[in-house]
Amino acid sequence: MGSAAVLAVLCLLSLAIGSRAIPLDEVARALVDPASVDPEVAAIVGGTRLFRTLVAVLAGAALGLAGAVMQGLTRNPLADPGLLGVSAGAAFGIVLAAGALGVSGLLPSIWFAFAGAAAAAVAVYLLGSRGRGGASPVKLALAGIAVTYLLDSLTGGIALTDPEALDRYRYWSSGSLTGHDGGTLLAVAPFLAAGALLALSTAPALNSLSLGEDVAAALGRRLALVRLGGALAITLLTGAAVAVTGPIVFVGLVVPHLVRTVTGPDHRWLLPSSMLVAPCLLLAADILGRVVVRPSELDVSLVAAFLGAPFFIALVRRRRLAEL
Amino acid sequence: MLELSRGRLHFRLTRPPVSGILRLRLAVVWLGAGLAALLALCLTVAMGSGDYALTPHGLLNALLGAGERADLFVVWELRLPRATVALLAGAALGLSGAIFQSVTRNPLASPDMLGITQGAGTAVAAGVVLGTGAGLAPQTLGLAGALASGLAIYLLAWKRGTTGYRIVLVGIGVSWMCVSLTSYLLSRAELYQAQKVLGWLVGNLNDRGWQHAGPLALALAVLLPSVLLLGRWQRTLRLGDEVAGGLGTPVQRVRLALLLGGAALAAFATAAAGPVLFVALAAPQIAQRTARAGSPPLTASALTGSTIVLVGDLISQRLLADSVLPVGVVTGVLGAPFLLWQLARANRTGTGG
Repeated sequence: MGSAAVLAVLCLLSLAIGSRAIPLDEVARALVDPASVDPEVAAIVGGTRLFRTLVAVLAGAALGLAGAVMQGLTRNPLADPGLLGVSAGAAFGIVLAAGALGVSGLLPSIWFAFAGAAAAAVAVYLLGSRGRGGASPVKLALAGIAVTYLLDSLTGGIALTDPEALDRYRYWSSGSLTGHDGGTLLAVAPFLAAGALLALSTAPALNSLSLGEDVAAALGRRLALVRLGGALAITLLTGAAVAVTGPIVFVGLVVPHLVRTVTGPDHRWLLPSSMLVAPCLLLAADILGRVVVRPSELDVSLVAAFLGAPFFIALVRRRRLAEL
Repeated sequence: MLELSRGRLHFRLTRPPVSGILRLRLAVVWLGAGLAALLALCLTVAMGSGDYALTPHGLLNALLGAGERADLFVVWELRLPRATVALLAGAALGLSGAIFQSVTRNPLASPDMLGITQGAGTAVAAGVVLGTGAGLAPQTLGLAGALASGLAIYLLAWKRGTTGYRIVLVGIGVSWMCVSLTSYLLSRAELYQAQKVLGWLVGNLNDRGWQHAGPLALALAVLLPSVLLLGRWQRTLRLGDEVAGGLGTPVQRVRLALLLGGAALAAFATAAAGPVLFVALAAPQIAQRTARAGSPPLTASALTGSTIVLVGDLISQRLLADSVLPVGVVTGVLGAPFLLWQLARANRTGTGG
């Protein structure tokens, strides 16, 4: 409950703070009745900052949730939402679209990013699930990281040789929450919703999985189905988020660990809490990034890392760790 | 007295009165021999081919110091140092990755996932942008940064002893602190400074001389035997802290020694070759899977690392000479499909996992 309240406060602050500070009461009026305030203020709040805040909340929630599922699925504390190759696939999709097909618009790029993310995740899953034991945590993680590095290398290769692709890639990969309108949000919202539902529904199964594969199977879980569902949820959530904002790292990796020190390892608590805490961290980082080096802005995931990492280390030292 | 049966060498000496069993894992031995042969071949190609081609005979002469002056210059001043740096850095990275993966019992752990490499990057960026330690070469700065972040991780993870799990989590935190610091420094830098830092961060092996190979060779000469001597304890450590302690392993001290060794290896390699990613993660896994061992075999991991970096550098230098592809990009394209192929193959023969 506490984190929900924090999130609400941060949302308001995010609407108010920026290179032009707007008092909170004016923010409220701009939201309720745009005609009653200065048109410039209405444009800033309702046009720019509202969507920016929404993107931060949605992307944060998606990445936090996907990170928690990913860590439960691979039982590896180093797993982040991009481990299935999703982020690398999205980057490759964008670079390929810009380099080979000359696609440059925002919305088409997002679809190419999404397609790349899905293709990479399918490839990782197929490679990691071959043979005996199915998609065991180690195989899935290794296949994922190998595909990630392969795609990153190819992306780097294309981007270094094709200025057009490099330009597009840099714009996307600067991990920006800005420059989006309702259209992009509406385009990815169904994927996010489906992914979130699927992810939350895997929570009890992830709990059994954390006891070990054999125990989970003995408890009547169908391992292949759980893994497939989890992987699908991660792909939907991360793919949609990353396609819009570019790779936002750190948040999805660390928030589940942060939450786990408080809730313990029960995924029925861990998943929803990660979904609330991650947007808080992302919004706080975004707001701080706007303020620190005014009038320019800092990359949100770097601010998140700089803010979150010391806190994270302190927490890791203080608490008794609930291991995965 | 010696007796060899099914890959086990039983030996009994009368003086001193010592007996024991040496288990030769044939797969590991074959892998080592094969890799060594491959490395020799790559070295020959690396030093003999290029814009100034040498015949094998001429190369041998030059190596023995008896060729023409031009041959001697090309081999001793240009190609041999570069190949040596690639060889040694790859070995150090492979070994370091094998250590980190064993100690944390996590196949994803490696110095570039846990912040050692990132620490080096931050130090280089700070040196160039802020002028900290002015006059020091990026090599020295990188070494200092990597060692400092390795030490910081260990100290921050220490609380009445460490666990592999806490080291991994603290490593993530330190790693991201370093990444964000580096990026902040870069955003504050002048253009020429940023270019200098980025040139180092990308990691390539151009213009490497003996001054880069020397410290790395010295570090390997000290660290390699020490780490190999700890190998027995390293294997028991994989069984978990309680079991290892019960078997008489001084858990905390061995872990400290192994981690310091692994961090130092990665630090020296990064200082000499720049941050070459992926090798430290992939080489131990490739070696382990090829040898069908239960944990990353140390020597084979080092040899695998050498091969990946040397071949990667060879490709980026010779085949893609016009482009500016750094060796890290090539090692990714090279190592990743191989690891994937191994995953698929191991699964088919029923030894997956």
